[in-house]
Amino acid sequence: MQWIQSLGRTAIDFTSRLGHSLLFLVQALSGAVRCLPRFGLVVQQLYAIGVLTMLIILVSGLFVGMVLGLQGYYQLVNFSAESSLGLVVALFLVRELGPVLSALLFAGRAGSALTAEIGLMKATEQLSAMEMMAVDPMQRVIGPRFVAGLIALPLLAAMMSAIGVIGGYLIGHGQFGVDPGVYWSSMKEGVDLVDDVLNGVIKSVVFGFIVTWVALFEGYDAVPTSEGVSRATTRTVVTSSLAVLGGDFILTALMFGGL
Amino acid sequence: MVKVSDLQFGYNGRLIFDGLDMQIPRGKVTVIMGPSGCGKSTLLSFFGGRLKPSRGEVRFDGEVVPFGAGERLYAMRRNMGMLFQSSALLTDLSVFENVAFPLREQTDLPEPLIRILVLMKLQLVGLRGARDLMPSSLSGGMSRRVALARAIVLDPAMIMYDEPFVGLDPISMGVIVSLIRELNDAMGLTSVVVTHDVHEGCSIADYVYLLGNGKVMSHGTPEEMQNSEQPETRQFMRGLPDGPVGYHYPATDYGEDLRGNG
Repeated sequence: MQWIQSLGRTAIDFTSRLGHSLLFLVQALSGAVRCLPRFGLVVQQLYAIGVLTMLIILVSGLFVGMVLGLQGYYQLVNFSAESSLGLVVALFLVRELGPVLSALLFAGRAGSALTAEIGLMKATEQLSAMEMMAVDPMQRVIGPRFVAGLIALPLLAAMMSAIGVIGGYLIGHGQFGVDPGVYWSSMKEGVDLVDDVLNGVIKSVVFGFIVTWVALFEGYDAVPTSEGVSRATTRTVVTSSLAVLGGDFILTALMFGGL
Repeated sequence: MVKVSDLQFGYNGRLIFDGLDMQIPRGKVTVIMGPSGCGKSTLLSFFGGRLKPSRGEVRFDGEVVPFGAGERLYAMRRNMGMLFQSSALLTDLSVFENVAFPLREQTDLPEPLIRILVLMKLQLVGLRGARDLMPSSLSGGMSRRVALARAIVLDPAMIMYDEPFVGLDPISMGVIVSLIRELNDAMGLTSVVVTHDVHEGCSIADYVYLLGNGKVMSHGTPEEMQNSEQPETRQFMRGLPDGPVGYHYPATDYGEDLRGNG
């Protein structure tokens, strides 16, 4: 009996949070549109969540590219197809690893910071104080962060793909002696601008939307205590990571056929 | 200035206000007192339109305070200053920028004028020299003074203080007490102070409201309140541990409970 009761309560809680988050999204989007005239606020946030996330993205991208170079070469050389190494590395990165991994890292680095920041602003009554000063927090605080997240993640994903390709080259050429011309030309021949690059960009825009939305909502909805903020931060990372991975499956199936 | 009529509000199934009536006189310092948890601070949220009464209304300057957002509410809020218990300074901005914040958001004043206005308000609270500090390096009393400067920078008609004396050392407390009085008289403000500090509250009040059980329990000038013979008022004003407000949280019979039958 209690089991059924708690199941019902969980379902109701889940639905009501989903509803709240949708209402929040509407307000946040309106705030995002209204904050655009003061683009300086967006630029500040771009620095905080974009530029400061760059280092982790670049370092991880380099290693991912190098691992792809190693693994790709070991497999391809079996079929004497090591000339396609550049193509394999680039496709992996542009289609999948670039958008997905950068979104996961973005959730951990920038998303958690956003949630903690907004949650603490709420806990220390800064958001209430803004409201009482007749300043709409949606426009002043949430909006600029939303826009910045939407802009930052696609750029970060592009950087990750670019540096990953270079990492693959370093291994392919430096370690295994794959011809540079072959590495780059196989990439140039095989990677399609629309099918591969554009679809990758669409993915990272969607992921940027999801991660920023989750992070801002969790912060705004956090119980205003230190425990509440810490829980909200954890939830941001878990929820947005799962949403990114699930979303990636759906997007991939839609884009490259299969469903 | 503010007129509350028949305010009713409940939260989590508990009735916090049940038909509360109150009038805040213009140009005076009105102190709202009451035991912790009686909803004193919640009342300020109604003045600022941050909560919606389930019955009754709050009028500010003759107009009903709307709820939520919207231009009419924001216009009203520009006429109210509020000092939060936690000071609520924006932690990523310096003292100067915190005080300048309402001016930058609400007006198109040129930078030199903003600078003059901010320095004037900081001088009033004695912190002109601290303008470049960040909120994290301020003491509790100082950050409350900065928040006060911010609350009056738009020259509002009314200012609300939420527990302004909590957690201050005696010197900072004295500073805040005299600032509230001086600002009220010098700027022709209407001040509303929410506190449970009887002594400090009475020392600056022109008029006192005592809340309890979701209603106004009694009201009057500080002298009237201190000499009141009404049992609840007497207990609160003199800080007696037992009285109409019981010392014990409602419980079953003590003896039965110890014997394990409770």
